[in-house]
Amino acid sequence: MPGGTGLLKGLSVTLRTMTKRSVTRQYPDVKPVLPPRTRGVIALMEENCTVCMLCSRECPDWCIYIDSHKETVPPKEPGARARTRNILDRFAIDFALCMYCGICVEVCPFDALFWSPEFEYSEYDIRDLTHEKERLREWMYTVPAPPVLDPDGTPAAELVAAEKAEPKVYEAPSLGGGAPVAAPVAAAPAAVEATPAAAAPAEAPAPAAKKPAREHAEIAKEDVGVDQAVFDAAIAAGLPERQARAKAKSAWMKEWKKNNAIEAPSEPEATTAPSPAAGSTEGGGDAAGESGDLKDAEGGPVAGPPDASAASSHDIGEPQIDQEVYDAAIAEGLPDRVARSKAKSAWVKKARKGLA
Amino acid sequence: MSPEILAADGGILHSFGFLLAVKIAAVLLVFLTVPLAVGMLEHKGMAHMQARLGPMYAGGFHGWAQLVADGIKFVQKEDVVPDNADRSVFKLAPAVSLLPAMFVLVVIPVGPDIVAEPLDIGLFYALAISSVSVIGMLMAAWSSANKFSLLGGIRGAAQLIAYELPLILSAVSVVILSGTLSLTGIAEAWRWWWLLALAPGIFIFFTSSLAELNRPPFDMPIADSEIIFGHMTEYTGLRFALFLLTEYAGIVVAAGLMTVMFFGGWRGPGPEALGPVWTLAKVFAVAFVVVWLRATYPRLREDQLQKFCWKALIPLALVQLLAVAALKVYVMHGAL
Repeated sequence: MPGGTGLLKGLSVTLRTMTKRSVTRQYPDVKPVLPPRTRGVIALMEENCTVCMLCSRECPDWCIYIDSHKETVPPKEPGARARTRNILDRFAIDFALCMYCGICVEVCPFDALFWSPEFEYSEYDIRDLTHEKERLREWMYTVPAPPVLDPDGTPAAELVAAEKAEPKVYEAPSLGGGAPVAAPVAAAPAAVEATPAAAAPAEAPAPAAKKPAREHAEIAKEDVGVDQAVFDAAIAAGLPERQARAKAKSAWMKEWKKNNAIEAPSEPEATTAPSPAAGSTEGGGDAAGESGDLKDAEGGPVAGPPDASAASSHDIGEPQIDQEVYDAAIAEGLPDRVARSKAKSAWVKKARKGLA
Repeated sequence: MSPEILAADGGILHSFGFLLAVKIAAVLLVFLTVPLAVGMLEHKGMAHMQARLGPMYAGGFHGWAQLVADGIKFVQKEDVVPDNADRSVFKLAPAVSLLPAMFVLVVIPVGPDIVAEPLDIGLFYALAISSVSVIGMLMAAWSSANKFSLLGGIRGAAQLIAYELPLILSAVSVVILSGTLSLTGIAEAWRWWWLLALAPGIFIFFTSSLAELNRPPFDMPIADSEIIFGHMTEYTGLRFALFLLTEYAGIVVAAGLMTVMFFGGWRGPGPEALGPVWTLAKVFAVAFVVVWLRATYPRLREDQLQKFCWKALIPLALVQLLAVAALKVYVMHGAL
């Protein structure tokens, strides 16, 4: 019979398949093992959102709904203009429309949107698939921490830029040499090596940098109080705690300004505040201030970008640099940046060896 | 009543009515359970051959009650009869299709003395009754007033009539060897060398049975992907379930006939009391091969199917018949 071997071969295939374990995944009973960065759902880091609307506008499906209002923030210095800031009222994603393209996550400039591996959020009613910011915020806890940077890689362009801007801040003569960390870049490694605070590079240098500016300010940011009566009234009115606090703060600030009205102009140095670079760090620190409180309280897994940018200008002075290698590279005539990255990678290699 | 009266000749236990009731109950029991077991064998066996798991939920343990659940579901479904259908014929067809399988079960022995009705012409009866199935199929096809049904029915009639020939010819070979039409007699006359002498016959009978049952790869008449289950297109609910049961009962009957004719029926190592176990084991082994083929082979085209029957199976069956006849006359009876 022609084709007889083919027929037998077919039989052997099915029989062999039967003896093997089947490949069926018993999904609802057995949860699937997914890659850690599976793109299951879009999570919102609410505290980082500045209501810039980029995600909503870039969304091809128009499935992101954002509502917000503006609030006045008291000026940092007396006599200065009051600032306004956006307060997020509603952030919802309609997952019945979402096509999981991830463009919103890509465009978000403030690290407020993330991919979460969570995928079990089906609903019985299609209208319930529009998830509000509370639910989106909950998913943040399932977002894995960002991957570790390659220690041997070249530093990010932003870090290098910040590093270059650094001397300008501290060389400003108006500061009167009050800053201990105000050292030229070349000397930075040696200087920071001496400080034990290097273990927490993000936190330690930041207050130090703010100090000079604060000496001239009328009131330190931390000293701004809250008008308890206003706060209670707002809470009673049903406002969210964050808004209530902002209102109470601004009320307090108004009161304070009234009381200190005469003293304000007597401090001329306040207005000759540092160069734009310093202003930006200050602003960054300030923007992070309030949300920072929240973040600490809630233990968000991802550091907010303002914090990161504030800290980044000091990150560069990390002690993890092999001084010998660095000196040798400089002696060779290599540019400072190359020398530093070489020294850094040498240090990391050594440290790894030490660990092993 | 004392046991003596019950057991004595002419007692109630030996009365015609009582025995009839017991036999009917036994045949019904087999008829309603073994096909379900074969169906489950198909569910699970085919699933694993395709690297799947098959039913896993119904009944708890590996979905053992899936077919029971299916049955309950079918009972609950609406029994729809198409407007243009020939109502009475349409409603009767599933029964005409299903009952022959049950009637054949009556003559299949599961042990030396365990048979509902030991007919002397058992094999003849079995083949004759099982041919009635085709009428049920034609009734369903024609009364449905559906072109797919009609196509399927005509294909089925052509196929069933064609494959009836090799089926009967190969059965005749067995009858010649054993010298009896009684299925019990055939099983008793069985010798192991029949396996070799009747090898082509086994192949022919098995293949023709597949075709008679419209089982893949000979399922052109019901080809679900092109003519939507042929004669079953318009059926719903319980009547559809009866057609499905016909298929599995047919497998049981065909496997039972093969077991008795070619594989020695209840005979096997161990005490004679194990007879029914051996019969069941052989039946399920044959049923497994039926499932195995379904999972393996694609469907034969209508013309290939007819060609295979008329140009391959029937000539082969005739040669087998001649060979067996020669064996019987010249070797066994020493006529040379």
